[in-house]
Amino acid sequence: MSRRSAAVLLTTGVAAVLAGCTSTAPPASDAANAPIEVRAGDTSCELAKAEAPAGTISFAVTNTGSKVTEFYLYGTGDRIMGEVENIGPGLTRPLIVEVPDGGTYTTACKPGMAGDGIRAPFTVTGTATRSVDDNAKLAEAAAGYQRYVTSQIEALVAKNQEFVDAVKGGQVEQAKALFPISRTYWERIEPVAESFGDIDPKIDGREDDEREPGVAFTGYHRLEKDLWVDGLQADSPAMADQLQADILDLQNRVRTVELTPVQLANGAKELLDEVATGKITGEEDRYSHTDLYDFKANVEGSQAAVAALRPVIDEKDPQLGPTLDQRFAAVEALLETYRAGDGFVLYTQLTPEDVKKMADAVDALGEPVSQVAGTVTA
Amino acid sequence: MSDQDTPQATPNPRTAAPSDPEPSGPRLSRRRLFGVAGAGVALAGVGAAAGYAAGSSAGSAAARDGVVAFRGDRQAGIITPAQGRLHFVALDVTTPDPAAVRRLLQRWTLAAERMTAGLETTEGGAVGGNVQAPPADTGEALGLAASSLTLTFGIGASLFAKLGLDAQRPAALADLPAFTGDKLDPARSGGDLCIQACADDPQVAVHAVRNLVRMGFGTTSVRWSQLGFGRTSSTSTAQTTPRNLFGFKDGTNNLKAEEPAELDRHVWVQPGDGPDWMAGGSYLVARRIRMHIEIWDRTSLSEQEIIVGRTKGEGAPLGRAAEFDTADFSAKGADGEPVIATEAHIRLASAESLGGVKILRRGYNFVDGTDGQGHLDAGLFFIAFVRDPATQFVPMQRALSTKDVMMEYLEHTGSAVFACPPGLGPGSYWGQALFDA
Repeated sequence: MSRRSAAVLLTTGVAAVLAGCTSTAPPASDAANAPIEVRAGDTSCELAKAEAPAGTISFAVTNTGSKVTEFYLYGTGDRIMGEVENIGPGLTRPLIVEVPDGGTYTTACKPGMAGDGIRAPFTVTGTATRSVDDNAKLAEAAAGYQRYVTSQIEALVAKNQEFVDAVKGGQVEQAKALFPISRTYWERIEPVAESFGDIDPKIDGREDDEREPGVAFTGYHRLEKDLWVDGLQADSPAMADQLQADILDLQNRVRTVELTPVQLANGAKELLDEVATGKITGEEDRYSHTDLYDFKANVEGSQAAVAALRPVIDEKDPQLGPTLDQRFAAVEALLETYRAGDGFVLYTQLTPEDVKKMADAVDALGEPVSQVAGTVTA
Repeated sequence: MSDQDTPQATPNPRTAAPSDPEPSGPRLSRRRLFGVAGAGVALAGVGAAAGYAAGSSAGSAAARDGVVAFRGDRQAGIITPAQGRLHFVALDVTTPDPAAVRRLLQRWTLAAERMTAGLETTEGGAVGGNVQAPPADTGEALGLAASSLTLTFGIGASLFAKLGLDAQRPAALADLPAFTGDKLDPARSGGDLCIQACADDPQVAVHAVRNLVRMGFGTTSVRWSQLGFGRTSSTSTAQTTPRNLFGFKDGTNNLKAEEPAELDRHVWVQPGDGPDWMAGGSYLVARRIRMHIEIWDRTSLSEQEIIVGRTKGEGAPLGRAAEFDTADFSAKGADGEPVIATEAHIRLASAESLGGVKILRRGYNFVDGTDGQGHLDAGLFFIAFVRDPATQFVPMQRALSTKDVMMEYLEHTGSAVFACPPGLGPGSYWGQALFDA
């Protein structure tokens, strides 16, 4: 996401506050705020210092390599505190981030703007006076989640290309193994994709969905059916290319989407609704039965949205956050008991008792998550 | 819903919806009190405002505005004149943490007391809150009257081990033995907790259960649930005897609210019967009894009456003229055979045949759609309140299951026993005596 689109994200009134909170504008000429030099090469990421006092932290990121790069500061759980993108070779771009709490953070340069990047720990000391008001916190939450979405789509584009290549190369077993992995990145952010009405049906439509006349059954589930039931068809390679094209279309369009904190909270809830109505029933991946991968990804996506809003939640309702932590942990602990290798057992291996336990855990989580939107707007 | 809900500031009682006539004076004052009571004081304040009934809750059951007192020596919904509609739910506790269960019981009690008074679960809960948040009250009872709603709370045997409360488990709260012909479905049986919602309006009963279930997510999970659309017994002499789906009057000789000595003997747990927290309570036995009504309907009137032991029209014991005439089990006909057959239902179930055993019945007719084979999935959701299931329900059901010809038309598909504690005093909550014990 470009810096410019981040501003577009924000509703009027909030935008101005955010600009003072995380901004690429030149920093005020205050010695304490002297920017930390970052030299971002193709294989290195050197910071002049790896420690700063809590409050407003400034970086000056210089691309010393040959690839376009990005620089990130992550909080716990890869919550994006701030980032600057699209730094061409030889250019220097500023990044100003508000970090009110001390602790260990992570910096990352991303030469080529892909992958996890070149990471290192970054220590923030002390605690800053919380000067930012609610609107700024909400704006930061929305911006932080936007960055999460961007990072997931990046990974989705890369991983799905592997899946597409396997399909096109006729490597059925490889494609089957990659199918749930590619979907993981998709399922984490599906509510965002659903906000574009036409993309979700193309990427994730099911065979029995109602379609406009002349609109074909395409996307993940068409390829799933080919791989698991019908065998690869003459048009399977074209279907695979179309899937990747639709995902790239999504990536382009997400750059301009505006997410409000309420949409963010509702997205967290919708992901759990997806689990309750699609994954727990085994309907989503009816040919491959890899529903638990999607289940896990939906929960992770929901948790990311809630994590972005967490500072606001904690301020408005100190009890909701711990409840959310406990319920998310319970769902994840339950899912871990269905691990098989790096993935999960198939839906068809679950007993009715297993499904009931999952439904209970998702119901238990869904109620407090449904309170988030009201809490952050209270 | 999180644990820290507090009532919204805007007064919006359920009964104050535009379509509802303005309630009478005493109710207004109660409503005002709800309006000012914060969550912390509501437990105590509401109890006082609702007019804590020191005596039996039955006495105030037919209150003018359809509000049955929630608090009293006994839980409402036992000897309260049986309302027309039922929604019963059995729940399992999904946490090993007694403190979490205790918190839920406190929240349940607050919401239950409000709903029985014809109010939303919280002040302004349905539409008076933050529009970005899901409403705290689900709203389908807006504009409906209190409708004599009673919410009766019970505890299953399985709860005690789950929460480390074994020492407080009453001996009388034991699983029922297997009976001949049982076809029990585990998914319709048992449960750690139960809530019996009875009301004149089915939507009011469903609303109550739905909202309590919702509050429980994360602490409880629905194990099974049963709707009943018509009462099959009367629990007060002021009520007429209703009919079950066999078309017969049912529960003519039921124990009644107007027989306090009999209730103490057969229904209310007495001090010394078991742990102190159950004294003044009662054991609820639930049986989902599927009736093969299509087969029954092909049975001649004469055979139907012989099987039951009563006439179908009047409901009189065979050989007598009126419903409430005493059955003469020794009478013989011209052929020398007993007028009331030796295996007639009313003989087998009578106190005379069972050494004086009586029960308080409070069951409901149900139709749960179809069985997929062209028949109605219909029957009687049997509920009985007894002082001791082992000495009352068990011998009765044993006699019926082995001898009653009616069993050819019946199938017991669900079963559960719950300990329903005594009524709530001001400020106390469901199950508090057990948790404090």
